[in-house]
Amino acid sequence: MAGPSLIMYEEEFNQINKVLEKLTKEANAKIVFLVDKNGQLISAYGETKNIDTTSLASLTAGNIAATGGLAKLIGEKEFSILFHEGEKDNIHISIIGQRVILVVIFDHRSSLGLVRLRVKKTGDELNAIFSKLIKKVEKEPQAASPFSEITDEDIENLFKD
Amino acid sequence: MSFINYSSREINCKIVYYGPGLGGKTTNLQYIYDKMSPDTKGKLISLATETERTLFFDFLPLALGDIRGFKTRFQLYTVPGQVFYDASRKLILRGVDGVVFVADSQIERMDANIESLENLKLNLKENGYDFEKIPFVMQYNKRDLPNAAELQEMKTILNPKTSPDFEGVATKGIAVFETLKAIAKLVLVEMKRSTAVR
Ligand SMILES: Nc1nc2c(ncn2[C@@H]2O[C@H](COP(=O)(O)OP(=O)(O)OP(=O)(O)O)[C@@H](O)[C@H]2O)c(=O)[nH]1
Ligand SMILES: [Mg+2]
Repeated sequence: MAGPSLIMYEEEFNQINKVLEKLTKEANAKIVFLVDKNGQLISAYGETKNIDTTSLASLTAGNIAATGGLAKLIGEKEFSILFHEGEKDNIHISIIGQRVILVVIFDHRSSLGLVRLRVKKTGDELNAIFSKLIKKVEKEPQAASPFSEITDEDIENLFKD
Repeated sequence: MSFINYSSREINCKIVYYGPGLGGKTTNLQYIYDKMSPDTKGKLISLATETERTLFFDFLPLALGDIRGFKTRFQLYTVPGQVFYDASRKLILRGVDGVVFVADSQIERMDANIESLENLKLNLKENGYDFEKIPFVMQYNKRDLPNAAELQEMKTILNPKTSPDFEGVATKGIAVFETLKAIAKLVLVEMKRSTAVR
């Protein structure tokens, strides 16, 4: 069975957060977040206090999965950009390097054109970070894994009420 | 396909509840949601039809506690059991770490159970998984109904590889948490095993 496929280290995590912060500012966005294709939230930036980012992540991934299924049915590879327009807020969703999903939520203070432009640049930056991360995971000995030392007792303890 | 974040010290795992339509998958999640304390659970999201049949998925995020300083988070999903939603089921299995099969004990649903289990094996394969190896727990649900099949018969037909199995009544919460614990444990043990080998 495939082992853990997404591993995040401090260094790259900080870099990703910086990139998201920059995007939020440069695109005048309300919230920016990054999700893996299986719906796990990687990171979020902006006005996230009053928003359920875990649910957002899961639904975004479901959305991408469903449109990906639609794409295949009509002979497309995937739809790499989705845009939902609301009365106040809009959501721009894009797939980065076929690996992760970048979501930008913005209102009238920004525009689709601006978001598009900034997302494109951000995509390249994120791609570079993830490529580096993947190489690192391949090289890094798994000794650092929290699981190599986990005992049956540790697992048992999780379920003590 | 779990997600380990060394920076925020979190482990995320994905568990999928599979099984025939009306078997009780959504009911399992609803019961868990009702009983967990607010600080350990997120929102229960149900993408359902107007008649409460699952249309795409249910989703419930849980935080179970710490292991060696890492927060363990489990994301529970259900699939839509109705046969014609197969494309959605396949998508939801992506990145799965463990599967719970919720079988409907009613004797007239035995064919539906078998068909759904075969469908699970196929969809796992198409996602690059091997049913023989993935953490798997069986729940024989609706044991309260008078038309429930013999337990031994269900075991023989649905659980030949003798994975952990439970007799459940999801509406009353019977075996719901036992099932969840069993699959969470298997997933963690499998993660340990797979990191040890490399
Ligand atoms: N008697 C009895 N009824 C149950 C039990 N578990 C679930 N039900 C009922 O069975 C019906 C279907 O349950 P759901 O949880 O919606 O089934 P599901 O597997 O999610 O169905 P789909 O979403 O169509 O795949 C509901 O009316 C439940 O109340 C049980 O253990 N005993
Ligand atoms: Mg359901």
